[in-house]
Amino acid sequence: MPAPQCSSCHATRAALRRPRSGQALCGPCFCTAFEAEVLHTVLAGRLLPPGAVVAVGASGGKDSTVLAHVLRELAPRLGVSLRLVAVDEGIGGYRDAALAAVRRQAARWDLPLTVVAYADLFGGWTMDAVARSTAGTGRSRACCTFCGVLRRRALEEGARLVGATHIVTGHNADDVAETVLMNFLRGDAGRLARGGGLGSRGEGGALPRCRPLQLASQKEVVLYAHFRRLDYFSEECVYAPEAFRGHARDLLKLLEAARPSAALDLVHSAERLALAPAARPPPPGACSRCGALASRALCQVCALLDGLQRGRPRLAIGKGRGGRDEEGPPGPPPPPPSDLRSGPGPAAGECGAACKERCE
Amino acid sequence: MVWQVLEGLSRDSAKRLRFVPGVVYVDEGAACGQSWEDRAKTLTDVRQILQTLGFPWHIVTLEEVFALPPSVLRCSAQDPVGTVETYKVAVDSFLQQQRTLAAEGVRGSPSSAQGEEQPSQPCTQDPQDPVGPPPAAQTEALSQLFDSVKTLTAKEELLQTLRTHLILHVARTHGYSKVMTGDSCTRLAIKLMTSLALGRGAFLAWDTGFSDERHGDVVVVRPMREHTLKEVAFYNRLFAVPSVFTPAIDTKASEKASIHRLMEGFLLRLQAQFPSTVSTVYRTSEKLVKAPRDGCAAGPRCLLCMCSLDVDSADSATAFGAQTQDFSQTPAPTPRAEAGAPAGPCCAAGPGGAPNCWQGTRPCGREGSRAHVIEQLCYACRVNMKDVPCLEPLPPYILAEAQLRSQRPSVEIQEYLVNSDDEAPASGSGALGPPEQEGKEARAACGCINKNFFN
Repeated sequence: MPAPQCSSCHATRAALRRPRSGQALCGPCFCTAFEAEVLHTVLAGRLLPPGAVVAVGASGGKDSTVLAHVLRELAPRLGVSLRLVAVDEGIGGYRDAALAAVRRQAARWDLPLTVVAYADLFGGWTMDAVARSTAGTGRSRACCTFCGVLRRRALEEGARLVGATHIVTGHNADDVAETVLMNFLRGDAGRLARGGGLGSRGEGGALPRCRPLQLASQKEVVLYAHFRRLDYFSEECVYAPEAFRGHARDLLKLLEAARPSAALDLVHSAERLALAPAARPPPPGACSRCGALASRALCQVCALLDGLQRGRPRLAIGKGRGGRDEEGPPGPPPPPPSDLRSGPGPAAGECGAACKERCE
Repeated sequence: MVWQVLEGLSRDSAKRLRFVPGVVYVDEGAACGQSWEDRAKTLTDVRQILQTLGFPWHIVTLEEVFALPPSVLRCSAQDPVGTVETYKVAVDSFLQQQRTLAAEGVRGSPSSAQGEEQPSQPCTQDPQDPVGPPPAAQTEALSQLFDSVKTLTAKEELLQTLRTHLILHVARTHGYSKVMTGDSCTRLAIKLMTSLALGRGAFLAWDTGFSDERHGDVVVVRPMREHTLKEVAFYNRLFAVPSVFTPAIDTKASEKASIHRLMEGFLLRLQAQFPSTVSTVYRTSEKLVKAPRDGCAAGPRCLLCMCSLDVDSADSATAFGAQTQDFSQTPAPTPRAEAGAPAGPCCAAGPGGAPNCWQGTRPCGREGSRAHVIEQLCYACRVNMKDVPCLEPLPPYILAEAQLRSQRPSVEIQEYLVNSDDEAPASGSGALGPPEQEGKEARAACGCINKNFFN
């Protein structure tokens, strides 16, 4: 059966069907549609005002590559200028290859690139060192917890270095949907209350962050990268299989098979959640050590680094009860990997990492 | 749950329950494709159990939804008498009532709950019970309806909706003011996650909370929500509680067939790995409040689930979804999308959509009435309705109520219309934009949103 006509230009054969609507489109029309939708997201949410200097968090992966490409196309229309900021977490065998991809992209697009490394910012702690430090407790290594918190701080530092006014990251609809599912499964009411909306406005001196790709599904991001022949790094992080997010990801894949609009429905649900005032996070103050935004005396970065320095890496993870780094029954089979397993009846509805920086 | 109620009402329990219960059983065999013989067998078993209870009981078949009045979908105001009295006074008056009745020697009791003054109904032990099969036309219509729905997810949602309406109707007719359901903690956790995945985030507190007052005069309560399924199973076994197994609409369906099944499988598997999963999810549900979104306190209600509508053009995900999903038309920025809107819903049902369906408007009355109904639904119900290609097989009370609601505003503005054509401008979407676009029957939210964003 011959391929149908593109339903937008009616001039050429359709090359793909959009995952959500099943609409048949040819390559260029699809790319145009995708870019138009991202533009709409940015304009409707007033995310990037004209004249903004935008730091794009570039990891070399498909999402940030597509984000950088689309924003570069839209930059004249939006009146913004772009800078690429890449973060080097010090994960051997993974991050170096990804950074090489970012460097190629920066050269091709002629965008200024800044690389910030954990080792420089956080006193010599790379992710590999963190993983070594947290290994051997019998529980999971909780690498993703550390990496997420530290990366956000690193991104912020990098953005300040280049003089940016806004930070954008390449989270897509599937990422947001997975986050919602994860937060529900772990009972993280604080993060649920903070989630929703297209990004944080930046309180207390932090740079405003947003996610222009938030309403695009992951499949469409991949299709766009394919049709624009973008060069990106597609391997998974070495520590990814241990993450709790894997469960949420599997669930989302199944849900999308049953109902293609599942990710969008989840995002809609998350935006409309009505949580009790008691469950909402407390208003943020300042960290006593570094002055950054924090819900408690120490911001999460300082708390995590503190734990690492002291040789008790799980100090800041869990229900915020410092000093308990090994819990759980000492049964014969070690429990399968999970980070931040929350027990029933949380006190204030927050898990340990409760500052403005949203952990993955 | 019924057993617990029985115990609670017995004379020697420490805290005696103070109400008179009835039991309702809904026979859904037709929706599940069972033959009348199987259903009759199940009904006999059920009848046996119910007869040992000593409460008034009612057996209704799902086919009766075709005989429901549209008033089922209207939210009636709560009886003010019941709300003003304090608890103690209410209990006292109830006990007084009981004593006078016992003194008069009337067998059976008025089916009233606390605080409500109801005329005593001569409720005998001979309840409403259809002895023969329901009219074949209704059974046929019901199976047609369920066969026309494309996905199991939408079928389950539709079944739940119809069942709720039916139970509501039974409760109202017999004067019950509260309906108790036996949802356990595990089931509610699954329901919570499923509702989340279906887009019902705004209504989680009503769907899974202890009490659900969105129907006005009848309150749905869930007293078993603290007990896990395991506890219930143990209880039933230890106390030899009789139970009947009936196949449901998703029995023997594959695990990936519907969102409900997926969530159930997922949560139970995760629970095996992380034993606190179900209780964590349940605790999260306790933190939800029934707050309407700021600014739209008493807005219109969804036709099917009777929650305040959560769809408005300001919401990013909804607006975006409306653009790219409902209408498989040209991409958003082109103004052609507006002109193409009317022919939308019928075409979106098929894969890919007919590419030329947007050219010219198709003045099809069916699309117009479908759009009328869709507008009155909340986000989640709209997504469900996408899997229902044609609205004709729906029970008449739904269509009648939709018709009624869509006509109301046009009656109001009729007198202000200058031109003499009496084609009623489309319906209750006055909030979304000016209704006077000639020839456009389908008031797609899409069209209005496009207009608002791309100027």
